[in-house]
Amino acid sequence: MYHIVEKRNIWFTISAILILPSLLFMIWSGITRGQILPLSIDYTGGTVWEVSFEQPVQPAAVRQVFVDAGYNDTTVFTVNNDSTVQIKFKPVDGDQKEALRQTLEAQFGPLVENTYRSLGPTIGREVSQAAVIAVAAASLLILLYIAWAFRSVPHPFRYGVAAIVALVHDVLVSLSFLAIMNLVAGWEIDALTLTALLTVIGYSVNDTVVIFDRLRENLHRYRNESFSVVANRSIIETATRSIGTQITVLLITVAILVLGGATLQQFVATMLVGFVSGMYSSIFNATQILAAWDERSIFYRSAKKTSSPSAAAPA
Amino acid sequence: MRNTTISLILIAALTALAVYIVLPVPHPEWLVRSDTTGKPTPLGLKLGLDLQGGTQVMLEADVPEGRELQPGAMDTAKNIVERRVNGLGVSEAVVQAQGDTRITAELPGVNNPDQAIETIRSTGQLEFVDPQGTPLRQGMIINTTNKPTAVQDYLASPGADPNLTPYGEQLFTTAMTGDVLRTAVSRQDQFGQWEIGFELTGEGSDKFFNYTSTHIGQPMAIVLDGVVLSAPVINAAIRDQGVITGQFTKEEAGSLAIQMRYGALPVPLKVVDVRSISATLGADSVRSSVVAGLIGMAAVFIFMVLMYRVPGLLADLALLIYVFFNLAIYKLIPVTLTLAGITGFLLSVGMAVDANILIFERLKEELRGGRSPRLAIEAGFSRAWPAIFDSNLTTLISCAVLYVFGNQFGASIVKGYALTLGLGVILSMFTAFFLTRTFMRTLLSSRTQRDKSAQTLVGY
Repeated sequence: MYHIVEKRNIWFTISAILILPSLLFMIWSGITRGQILPLSIDYTGGTVWEVSFEQPVQPAAVRQVFVDAGYNDTTVFTVNNDSTVQIKFKPVDGDQKEALRQTLEAQFGPLVENTYRSLGPTIGREVSQAAVIAVAAASLLILLYIAWAFRSVPHPFRYGVAAIVALVHDVLVSLSFLAIMNLVAGWEIDALTLTALLTVIGYSVNDTVVIFDRLRENLHRYRNESFSVVANRSIIETATRSIGTQITVLLITVAILVLGGATLQQFVATMLVGFVSGMYSSIFNATQILAAWDERSIFYRSAKKTSSPSAAAPA
Repeated sequence: MRNTTISLILIAALTALAVYIVLPVPHPEWLVRSDTTGKPTPLGLKLGLDLQGGTQVMLEADVPEGRELQPGAMDTAKNIVERRVNGLGVSEAVVQAQGDTRITAELPGVNNPDQAIETIRSTGQLEFVDPQGTPLRQGMIINTTNKPTAVQDYLASPGADPNLTPYGEQLFTTAMTGDVLRTAVSRQDQFGQWEIGFELTGEGSDKFFNYTSTHIGQPMAIVLDGVVLSAPVINAAIRDQGVITGQFTKEEAGSLAIQMRYGALPVPLKVVDVRSISATLGADSVRSSVVAGLIGMAAVFIFMVLMYRVPGLLADLALLIYVFFNLAIYKLIPVTLTLAGITGFLLSVGMAVDANILIFERLKEELRGGRSPRLAIEAGFSRAWPAIFDSNLTTLISCAVLYVFGNQFGASIVKGYALTLGLGVILSMFTAFFLTRTFMRTLLSSRTQRDKSAQTLVGY
């Protein structure tokens, strides 16, 4: 018999450790960079230009071209190979871009444009606002839906809150990953990152719902058992299902991550981390939050252990 | 039993239809629209800009401080942009209004965004042309001394209608250009008939008078970017102001006045978002995502068989049909596939088996509880339903929010993803419930009396 609900102290601690990097990063980034998250040009406006030269180039030398042309706030790094660089700088118009292109070709030889994106700051601001609204709307709708779906059990609101806490946990764990990747590889939060996070929100609450659904059923069936015991039983009964459903999605996600090409890597990696976190939080956090709420204590009290005997015999 | 047979026949028919739609064979036009246009693509699916390479431009009305956007001006601007985009020779270009002040243009295959944008934004030339006795009519395209290659440019674009260029290479003389006009407005005369009143600039009025006074009784063509807008007959010599009458509707008169007033674009447009992706990168993306998809799906198929044996195999069969249903729907709607859209579809494949897993696990529990396989199947399906519905609904909520978000910004990546994932999730509930259940019933219907072997089959 696994005491998954009883051992919630451990699970909550692990979660706290996983969330910590994202919180630290946000504080640090807020102080040093003036924005709590590393937002891409989708939200800030700017230009991202990926070009391939015929021979290897030094990012620093490419950057110098832009600095000389008056674009001081330019970052350049190589992607895929030594002769392909991604250049980020402020929004420009066609003539300015053409001038830069000619300077680059004069200095480094012919180039091929892989991708080019230039976005005005107004649009970026609007996208940011809409993104905040999107996340808020999704969370609110899911909260309402869960509260409604569990209206027949005592305290349906608690189920909604527990699911949302698990969901915020998954977003924060994903952000921890992004924070680390930002420091290591310069990853930024773009429109696809938001898409990944919203998918994680929608999907990971999925597993929580499966467990809650079983809990709802078991609470009716085992009326004389304590909440913790029924909760524990529900998690164990649904564990194979939870893990099974997650594995199939993980198989697909890993396949796209490994084979799907560089363009999707950041998007899929964020999603993968979120899914794994969702798997963890639905088994080790969501139901435990309900139990903690029921017992009015975040941490499991050993005194309770005697009063709720291990009646949760294997089914 | 009878119901099961009918279901099986229905499934077979639907599957055959889906396979027929998906396979790259010729289809009647009313059935599948997407494979009749554009370049051949894998399975005749519509590919987004990020997969076939191209440029997307978002233009915004650049209204000067203190002035307001004229009603209808954006519609006129959109039509003009559309005409110019077609003039670029881009196949399958899409021009859409985005909100009240923006226009997006998607230009597949255009790898030099700067040139394309210049053409789109250029101030077109309004001209007054002497038809030299030919009956020029609205919509015709002609060469003028001011724009001598208008006909060739037009004919180079796909879908060009040669009937609109009856005078071919004939060069018409530009009498005056649009700068003689001070303003033009649409209005109603005392009989309620719509007309365009115009005023001339001080310098323009002499030119206009010289020309009109020598051409009374003859038509004069008003031409924009080589396209004849109108060809009114000169009734009298015009010096300071004049009127164009005709059988105009309110809209026609308004549009003509706007185009005369602003030369071409009724409002200056500025570029607020450009993205372009090379065709090579797009082709690489297609290749790698197809490989990733096939490997990922194979892994899911193997996993299901290993976990659930014969039912797993049936779920795989249902999943395969599910894939065909999805692709068929993409062609019917039609859905434009983007890289993110493909990811959404693949994720939906991973999620589609979720319902099967929920059902099979439930089925095992029911069998352990001592039910006969047939009853266990029914109980497994009906008891797993609330969980399947609840859990899929949350994913659908996310998809809906993403779709609305993506729609607002013409962010076709986000929109495509939300669409394919959402469609997949809805369809997966159907496959799990209809296909897998029918397959399971068929498998076990003949084995009611031999529960042992049935239990072996369902992997208990």
